Amino acid sequence: MTSHGIAGKVAVVAMGCTRFGERWDSSVDDLLLEATTECLESLPGVTKDDVDAYWLGTLGSGQSGLTLSRALCTEGKPVTRIENYCATGSEAFRNACYAVAAGAYDVVMAVGVEKLKDSGFSGLLRADPPGDGTAAELSLTAPAAFSLLDPAYCAKYGVHPDEMREAMTHVAWKNHQNGSRNPKAQFRSPVPKETIAAAPNVAGRLGVFDCSGVSDGAACALIVPAERARDYTDAPMYVKALSLVAGSARGSMDSAYDFTSFPEVVRSARDAYLQAGIDHPSGQLSLAEVHDCFTPTEIVLMEDLGFSDDGRAWKDVLAGDFDADGRFPVNPDGGLKSFGHPVGASGLRMLYEAWLQLRGQAGHRQVPGAHTALTHNLGGRPGGCVSFVSIVGNKAGTR
Amino acid sequence: MTHALTGYAAYLPRYRLAGADIGLPRGDRVVASFDEDSTTMAVAAAAAAVDGHGLPRSLYFATSSPAYADKTNAAAIHSALGLAHEAFVTDMCGTGRSAFAAWRAAATTGGLAVAADVRVGRPGSPDEKLGGDGAAALLFGEGPGIAEVLETTSCTSEFLDRWRSPTSLAGQQWEERFGAERYGQLVVAAVQRTLDQAGMTGADHVVLTCPNSAIVKRAETLVKGEKSTVTSPIGFAGAADSSIALCAVLDAADAGQTILVVSAVDGCDTLLLRTTGQLPEARQPLAVSRQRAGGLPVSHLTYLSWRGLVEVEPPRRPEPDRPAAPPSSRAENWKFGLTGSRCGQCGFAHLPPARVCRGCGATDRMTAVPVASMGGIVSTHTIDHLAYSPSPPVVQAVIDVDGGGRCTFEIADAEPERLAVSSRVKFTFRRLFTAGGIHNYFWKARLDD
Repeated sequence: MTSHGIAGKVAVVAMGCTRFGERWDSSVDDLLLEATTECLESLPGVTKDDVDAYWLGTLGSGQSGLTLSRALCTEGKPVTRIENYCATGSEAFRNACYAVAAGAYDVVMAVGVEKLKDSGFSGLLRADPPGDGTAAELSLTAPAAFSLLDPAYCAKYGVHPDEMREAMTHVAWKNHQNGSRNPKAQFRSPVPKETIAAAPNVAGRLGVFDCSGVSDGAACALIVPAERARDYTDAPMYVKALSLVAGSARGSMDSAYDFTSFPEVVRSARDAYLQAGIDHPSGQLSLAEVHDCFTPTEIVLMEDLGFSDDGRAWKDVLAGDFDADGRFPVNPDGGLKSFGHPVGASGLRMLYEAWLQLRGQAGHRQVPGAHTALTHNLGGRPGGCVSFVSIVGNKAGTR
Repeated sequence: MTHALTGYAAYLPRYRLAGADIGLPRGDRVVASFDEDSTTMAVAAAAAAVDGHGLPRSLYFATSSPAYADKTNAAAIHSALGLAHEAFVTDMCGTGRSAFAAWRAAATTGGLAVAADVRVGRPGSPDEKLGGDGAAALLFGEGPGIAEVLETTSCTSEFLDRWRSPTSLAGQQWEERFGAERYGQLVVAAVQRTLDQAGMTGADHVVLTCPNSAIVKRAETLVKGEKSTVTSPIGFAGAADSSIALCAVLDAADAGQTILVVSAVDGCDTLLLRTTGQLPEARQPLAVSRQRAGGLPVSHLTYLSWRGLVEVEPPRRPEPDRPAAPPSSRAENWKFGLTGSRCGQCGFAHLPPARVCRGCGATDRMTAVPVASMGGIVSTHTIDHLAYSPSPPVVQAVIDVDGGGRCTFEIADAEPERLAVSSRVKFTFRRLFTAGGIHNYFWKARLDD
C-alpha cells in the first residue's frame, strides 16, 4: 500500500471547542456557532467569509452540509458532511486537510458536532439501514462489545482479573484526575479509585466509570497551507501525519482473532509513524490523546500504538507511565472519560488539546516542552473497526 | 394409511414456574422462554425427529398458538430445517384435533407431523397451573418403521367445554363437569370401536389426552392400558399434548407392543399403533422424562412479563427496528437456516455468508456451510445490562463453530455462572424480539449439557 501523507503541507492556525456536557439549553446550531465563533474570533480580521470550504463531521445530529450552512448562514460555500462511526470528527479533519494540501482551497474549516443528550436514551443510538435482524451489533451494546477485551487480555497474558481490574480502575482514575483540571470537560471532579471499582456493572466487568460519558459538544479547526500559517498565528500546529484504516471485520469471523488487539489501530499507527518519521513513539512524541471509550480499550491501545510492549500495558498503566506526570502523558485533557463522547466532535476535541499543549496554553495540564502530539480515534468494535491516527507538531517541516 | 412411524422427538422448554408461585401443592410447570413460540419449539422437535433420516417432503404443523395469522408458520420451520424448496408444508391451527389431522396427513403422504403450543392462562387460572408448553414431532415414511399404524377412528360432537376468542391470550371453560360427562361417553365409545375394528380386547399402552382435566384424572377408569396408561407428561399442552404423551410412551415401550392413543377434543380421535423391533434402537436422544426432570427456575413476575400479562420497565434503550422483508428474504439461508459460506480457495468459513473471502480476498468462490446442527465452543462472552431485550440482561458469546467459522450469538436459556471460555454450545432457533408485529427469528447458542 502506498501512503505518501501530507507532512509539511498544511497547518492548523485556529481552533475552537465548546464545553462538553449535558447542554440542555444548546441546540446543534448553538454548539456549531459556539465552537466556530471561538475559533474565528481568535484570529483578528478573519471571518467566516474568509473560509473557502467546510467539512462537517456528525454521526447523527444532522444530515448533509446544510446542517452547518444553515446554522452559520454560510453563503455559496461547499460544505461536506462526513460520517465514519466514532472517528467522524477526525475524518472531517483529515479530508479538510487533504483539500488544502491538494491546493483546492486556501482556508478550510473542519467542524465536528454531536448532540447525544436529546434522545432520552443511554449510550449511542444506531441508525441502521433496513436489515435481516441477525447482526450481533443490533443487540450487543458498545460497552458489551468492548468488555470482551478484559477477559481475553487476562487469559492471553496471564493477568489476574484483580490486577486487570486495578489497571482499568487506574485508567478511569487518571483520566478523571486530568479532566478535573479542564474547564471544558463534562466531568470535572476527581473520582476515588474505590468508587470506580465499586460501580455496578454495565456490561461484563465494565462499571459505569469504565465507560465514557454521554454528552453534547462541538469542536473545530481552521486549516491553511503550511507556508501561509504564520500569516495567521505565531504558533501554528503543523500536520505531520494522517492515517485512516477501515478493517475488513475479519476478526468478527476469524477464530484466530483473540480480542487483545485492534489490527486496524496497529496498521494506522504504522502508517502514521512512517509518514512522520517516527520509530520510537513514546520517546519522540510528547503526549497522546487516544480513544478511551472504555477503560480496557485504553490499555490495549497503549500496545497497539506502540507505547507499551505487548502484554505490558497493564503494568505500565499501574506504574503511572501514562499519568499526567508520567513518562508519557496519555489523555492529559481527561479523554472521552471526562468529556463524554459526542461522536462527531471527539476527534477534533482531541486535536484541540494537542493545539493547546503544543502552544503552551494548557494551563495546569501543560506537558512541559510539548512539541509533538498524537491523536487517535476508533469507531466500531473489536473484530471490525475504523481507526484514525494523526501526528501534529509545533515545528514546520516534514518531520 | 400407507406409511409407518419412522422417527419421533419431543422438545420441552427449559424454564419452570415453581408450583408454590401458581398454587400447585408440589412440582412445577414447564414454560417456554420469552424467545420461544410454537414455531421455534416446533423447529427444535422437528430437527431432533428428522436427525439421521432423509429430509421429509411434507410437513404438517399443528398449533393452537400460531405466531402469525395470514402467514404460514410452517414456512419458517421448513426453512430452519433446510427442507427442499419443493416440499409441501402447511399449518393446521386449532386444537388437539389439528395434531391428529397432522398425523393422519403425514401417515397418508409420508412426512413430518409436528405439534407445538404455548399455553397461556391468566394469573391464578387452571391453565396457568395445569398447562404446559412444548412440542413434539412424528416422522412417517416407508419402513422400516418403529411402529405401524393398525387403526384410526374419529367421532365428532359439538358442545361447549373450552373456547377462546382468536384475539384473546387466555381461554375459558364451561363448568368442567359438563364437558367431563360428554367426553367420558365419547372416549368409551371410541376406544370400543377401535378395539373392535382391530379385533383386540385391549392395548398394552394407552395414551389419553383431553383439555378437560376431569377426564385426565379419570383416565385409568375410562380406558386402562395393560402395561401403562399415560396422560400428558407436562400438563395440558394444547395441540401438542397427545404428541408429547405419545413420545413419552415410545421412550419406554418394548418391541411388538400396542399403543392406543386417545385424544378427546370436540369429539374423540384414536390411533392404534404396534411397535416394531426397530424401536429400541431408534428412540429419541433425550427422553421426555429426562427433559421434564431438568429445568431452570423463572420467577412468576418475569414469566408474566414474557407472556405480556404484566409490563415491566424496559432498559433505557430504543426498541429495535423491525426486520425488513427483502433483506430477510435475501438472507433466508442464513437467518432461518444458519448457513454460511466457505471459500473454495483458502477454506475460510464465513458466518454470515460473504461473497468476498475475508481470508484470501477471492470473490464468488464460496460453497454453502450449514452449521445449525453443528456444535461450537465459547471463545469469549459477556453480559450486557444496557441492551434492549424482551428479558434483560442479554448474554452474548463469541462462538467458534466446529469445523471452522466464528460468529457472535445471544445465549438462550442463559445461566451466566455456568458459561465459561471453552464451554460447548449447540444452536437453537429462537425469536429474538418482535417489532412492528414482525417476529425476528434467528439462531442463538445454548449450553450443550
